[in-house]
Amino acid sequence: MNNLILNEMMKLVARKRLLVIGAIVGILVILFTFAQYKEVQTQREKLGSDDWRASLQQQIIDMQNRLGSSRISDDWREQIQVSVQQLQFYLDQDINPSEPGAVTFVRMFIENSSDLFIPLLIMIVASDLVSSEHTLGSVKLLLTRPVKRWRILLSKYITLLMATSLIVAMTGLLSYGLSGIVFGYHGWNAPIITGFLVDGGDVDTSSIRLISQWKFVLMDFGLVWFVAVVVGTLAFMLSVLIRSTAASMGVMLAALISGAILNNMVSSWESAKYLFMVNLKLTNYLNGVAPPITGMTLFSSMSVLLVWWAAALVLSFFVFTRQDVY
Amino acid sequence: MSATTLSVRNLTKTIKKHKVIKGISFELKEGEVFGFLGPNGAGKTTTIRMLVGLIRPTSGTIEICGYDVKKNFTKAMANLGCIVENPELYPYLSGTDNLLHFARMLPSVDAKRIAEVVDMVKLTERIDDKVKTYSLGMRQRLGIAQALLNRPKVLILDEPTNGLDPAGIRQMRVFIRELAEKEGLSVLVSSHLLSEIQLLCDRVAIITKGNIITVDTVESLLSSQEQAIWQLDPSVKGREILESLTEVTTLDDGYMVTPYDSTQIPKWNAALVHAGVQVLQLNRKIPVLEDLFLQLTDTGGAHIE
Ligand SMILES: Nc1ncnc2c1ncn2[C@@H]1O[C@H](COP(=O)(O)OP(=O)(O)OP(=O)(O)O)[C@@H](O)[C@H]1O
Ligand SMILES: [Mg+2]
Repeated sequence: MNNLILNEMMKLVARKRLLVIGAIVGILVILFTFAQYKEVQTQREKLGSDDWRASLQQQIIDMQNRLGSSRISDDWREQIQVSVQQLQFYLDQDINPSEPGAVTFVRMFIENSSDLFIPLLIMIVASDLVSSEHTLGSVKLLLTRPVKRWRILLSKYITLLMATSLIVAMTGLLSYGLSGIVFGYHGWNAPIITGFLVDGGDVDTSSIRLISQWKFVLMDFGLVWFVAVVVGTLAFMLSVLIRSTAASMGVMLAALISGAILNNMVSSWESAKYLFMVNLKLTNYLNGVAPPITGMTLFSSMSVLLVWWAAALVLSFFVFTRQDVY
Repeated sequence: MSATTLSVRNLTKTIKKHKVIKGISFELKEGEVFGFLGPNGAGKTTTIRMLVGLIRPTSGTIEICGYDVKKNFTKAMANLGCIVENPELYPYLSGTDNLLHFARMLPSVDAKRIAEVVDMVKLTERIDDKVKTYSLGMRQRLGIAQALLNRPKVLILDEPTNGLDPAGIRQMRVFIRELAEKEGLSVLVSSHLLSEIQLLCDRVAIITKGNIITVDTVESLLSSQEQAIWQLDPSVKGREILESLTEVTTLDDGYMVTPYDSTQIPKWNAALVHAGVQVLQLNRKIPVLEDLFLQLTDTGGAHIE
C-alpha cells in the first residue's frame, strides 16, 4: 500500500498541482492583506483615532441605521440584529473582537474561505485523480497489474486525504506568514468569545465562554479540514463516476456555487438542510452567526456531511471495483 | 513439454444487448506466438480486455497459467504482461519514473530488472526524458519494457505494430520471436495486418463478428490453399484439356489457375504436351493470408447472420 501511495504522490508532484495551489493561496493572501490594511487606514482617518472601541461603536451605529431602513428583508434584519447584540456584548466586556495581528487575519481568512475557496482548491486535486487515468488511458495499465482494484482506489483516496491536509495547512501557514509582515505576528492569546446561542433574532449569552484565540483558530482549522475532506470525497466520487474531468469539475462547481446562493434564500425551505452545500460553513456555529435554516446546529450539520461523505465513499468503491473499463 | 499458459473457454460478452463476442475458445502453449486476426470491429480488443481483466465476461472462463482471472485476479495478473491498444504511459513522467511506478505495483522487481528491460528494448539513451517527448515507436518500446517487468509467462499485445515504420515493424517482429523462442513466453498478438501475422505467428485464430472461424498453424492454412498458375499456347485448347482434369479459373490476363498438387502437376503437364500445347510458364503460388482471409470471412459471414 505504501508503494501505491508513493506512486500517487509522485504523479501529483510531477503535475505540479500543489505548487499551483500554493501560488493561488499566496496571491489571495497578499490581496486580502492589502485590502485589510487599507480598511484599517480609512477607519482611522474617518474616526480620527486608533481606538478600537470608537470603531466598534461606529460599526454598531451603522448597523442600527440599516435596521431602520424598510427595504431590508426579514432574514437580513435578524442577521443584523444578532450581529449588533454580539458586538455590543464585546463592547460591554471590553474585548476587541478583531485584535489586530496575523493570528486574527488567519482566523478571518480561514473562516471566509471554508465554504468556497478551500473546497475549490481541493477540487483541483480531487476532480481528476481518477478521471485523468481514464483520459490518459493509463488506467488500462494500472488495472492490469497484480493489485486488486480497491487497493488502487484506496491509495488514491489516502493521497487525497494527505493533499487535503497539506492544502489546509499551507493556507494557514501562508496567511500567517504573509499577513504577519504587515500586521505583526501576534494575537495568539487574544480573548475570543464563543458559545453565543442564536434563536431567531435574539442572542442568548448565558452559555458563552472566553477562550484564547489560538484555541479558537485550532477549532476553526479542525472544522475547515472536515469540510475539505467531505467536499474532496464528493469530488473524488464524481471523478470515479464521470470519465470526463471537465464534466465532473463542472458538476462540483455548480453544487458549491448553488450552496453559496442557497444559503441566503432557503430559510423557509426546511428540507434543504439535508443538502451538503448549505452545511459547509461550520465555523459560523463557533461565531454565533445565525444558520441559514433555523434548527440547524453544529452537530446536525456535521452529521449531514458525514452521511454524504460515507455515501460518496461507498459508491466510489462500489463502482470502481465493478465497472468495465473500455 | 509445451504447457498451456492461457486457456479461454466459451467466452461471451454482451455490451448493451449487443452480442459482441459469441462464445470463443482457444489455448496458448508455452513458447508460441499466437495470432489473433480479424477485420475492424471483429472483437479482438474486446476479447483482449476480458483476458486482462479490464471488462467482465458475460460468460465463460479465462485461465492464465492455471489461475482464473476472475477468482484469482492477482495471481493471474502476476503472470501476464500486456498492452491494450496503445501503450498509454504517463506523459508527464520520465521513462524511468514510469517503469518505477509499475515496478512498485509488482512484488520483487528491483532497479536491476528495470535496467535490464530498458536494455532489452534499447531505450537506455532516452530513458530519463519525459515520455511526452518520445516518438510513437519509443512509446511502444517503453510499453513493452513495462509489460516485461514482472517476467510474465504470457504477453498480450494488441496491434503492436500500429503506427510503426517498416524498420520498426521488422524490429518488433524479431523482438517478439526472440521472446518466444529464447525466453519461452507465449505471445498473443492481435492484428488486422495479414502480412504481419503470417511472418510472425506459429498459429493463428481468425475472428470475425465475434466468432473464431478457424484456428490452425500458419503453414497448414497456407498449404491447403496453394495454387499453380499456367500460361499456355494455344490457351483455348490448353484450357479445355486442363478443365477435363481439374478445376480451372482464368484470370483477366489469360493466365490459368489450378490447385497445386505435386502428384498431379506432372501428369497434367504431360497431357498438355501430348496434345501439342506449349507450357510457357508454370508457377507455384503460396497465397498470402489475405486471399485466405477474404475467402474464409466471406463464407463465414454468410453462415453467421
Ligand atoms: N463500449 C462499447 N459499447 C458498445 N459497443 C462496443 C463497445 N466496445 C466495443 N464495442 C463493439 O464491439 C465490437 C468489437 O469491437 P473491438 O474494439 O473489439 O474490435 P477490434 O476487433 O478490436 O477492431 P479494430 O481492429 O478496429 O481494433 C464492435 O462492433 C464495437 O462496436
Ligand atoms: Mg482493436
